[in-house]
Amino acid sequence: MLLITCPWCGPRAESEFSCGGEAHIVRPLDTDALDDKQWGDYLFMRKNPKGQHFEQWHHSQGCRRWFNAERDTVTYRFKQFYKPGEQAQGATLEAGSAPAAPAETGTVGEGGGKS
Amino acid sequence: MNRFSIFSIARNAMSYHENWQKQWRSPEPKREYDAIIVGGGGHGLATAYYLAKEHGMRNIAVVEKGWLGGGNTARNTTIVRSNYLWDDATHLYEKALQLWEGLSQELNYNTMFSQRGVMNVGHSLQDMRDIHRRVNANRLNGVDGVVLSPDEIKAKVPIMNTSSSLRYPVMGASFQPRAGVARHDAIAWGFARAADALGVDILQNCEVIGIRRDGGQVTGIETTRGMIASKKIGIVSAGHSTVLADMAGIRLPLESHPLQALVSEPLKPILHTVVMSNAIHAYVSQSDKGDLVIGAGIDSFIGYGQRGSFPVVEHTLQAICEMFPIFRRVRMNRQWAGIVDVAPDACPIISKTDIKGLYFNCGWGTGGFKATPGSGWVMAHTMAQDRPHELNAAFSLDRFYTGHLIDEHGAAGVAH
Repeated sequence: MLLITCPWCGPRAESEFSCGGEAHIVRPLDTDALDDKQWGDYLFMRKNPKGQHFEQWHHSQGCRRWFNAERDTVTYRFKQFYKPGEQAQGATLEAGSAPAAPAETGTVGEGGGKS
Repeated sequence: MNRFSIFSIARNAMSYHENWQKQWRSPEPKREYDAIIVGGGGHGLATAYYLAKEHGMRNIAVVEKGWLGGGNTARNTTIVRSNYLWDDATHLYEKALQLWEGLSQELNYNTMFSQRGVMNVGHSLQDMRDIHRRVNANRLNGVDGVVLSPDEIKAKVPIMNTSSSLRYPVMGASFQPRAGVARHDAIAWGFARAADALGVDILQNCEVIGIRRDGGQVTGIETTRGMIASKKIGIVSAGHSTVLADMAGIRLPLESHPLQALVSEPLKPILHTVVMSNAIHAYVSQSDKGDLVIGAGIDSFIGYGQRGSFPVVEHTLQAICEMFPIFRRVRMNRQWAGIVDVAPDACPIISKTDIKGLYFNCGWGTGGFKATPGSGWVMAHTMAQDRPHELNAAFSLDRFYTGHLIDEHGAAGVAH
């Protein structure tokens, strides 16, 4: 049973949460400008790393808020937890599957600086 | 290959069974092969066997980072069936089932394939509609299947709780008579021995750490035992598919999750078929050793640790105890997990890639064991002829860009 620290509720048992998969996947704003490859990349392709992973968790049986975590997918050890909109400490985050389409101003995503 | 037979047993008895031939060699890697399979599990070994047997290739290597058959092939719940929903998936699994039916004879190895049937139980009106639909789809595709009433279920499985007062009462089931279970290790060893006899080099303790390319063509692999050249490389490494895809700069839509299973203490014969329930999430059979073989749903997080969390096991045991009250005092003996590479549509990827000579066979997720011979058979065709067979054409990596997904989450029978 993993012990997961909700940023609002503190450390709770894994059974109170559901895992939301890879974090920081930015939803493309101008989807009409994407070709099939870019759209498929966004919808389906995932990092699935053996090692450091940034992922989303939902405190579904508690406060029902979403948050992010850095976890090692081999040891399952959590390194840090951080709220949406915050930056993970230390590691450089990539924009995930963000497409090559020109970004509009005010793009919502990690590092966007909006809450 | 020294064939197994009553005569060879008798002959070897004369020398106290000390002179049986090793079932496969442990050769040194050659510098180059005509084809390399990365991944020495059931699917990889089957691919190598069929490349040699059906396509006459001789200079082949299987490269395995650990010991052969030590990954998911050693960790599954041994169920074999072909009762999927959509045409493409059904035909692929049915090809596998037909190969299973002759496999012990073909490999001269007892795979212990026991066609004791597989039952998928329905607990609601919608479950039953889905069951009728799937059985009809199976029969239209030439695959055996019947719908059983609660009385017919009770006759086959007297220990099942078919009381109407259950929270999720048993309303009926689909039943595929030709389905069943097989010995998972035997399939790895049988294919390994047969492939080795046809000249395939099985290179264990040989981990791939890089994939070499020259322009758009693959040229070889870098391993912990040196560089090995080849222009045809098939990646058949299940939970580690993304790790290898990264080496070639290829993106995959897979997530590698823990999938847990467990066995009970040995019991006298009590369960003579395989019982699966999607709704209350349990699947169980009884092995020839007498242990109940029980599988769970995947752990929801990505995990390469070959272990999962206990609540997942507890959840499936609750369902087992509900369905089979007689099992409530049975003790569990051993539990473990594999690393299953789950695709968004719960269907495999058996595909060429944008890199010439590089092929992937992955994404089998929670349902790879049943497909082992079929998977190897179509992958061998895809590699040998550099184009998919009709049976795996729909399972291309492209489908995630064209939108032609094949949703088999329901028939997969394991919670994702």
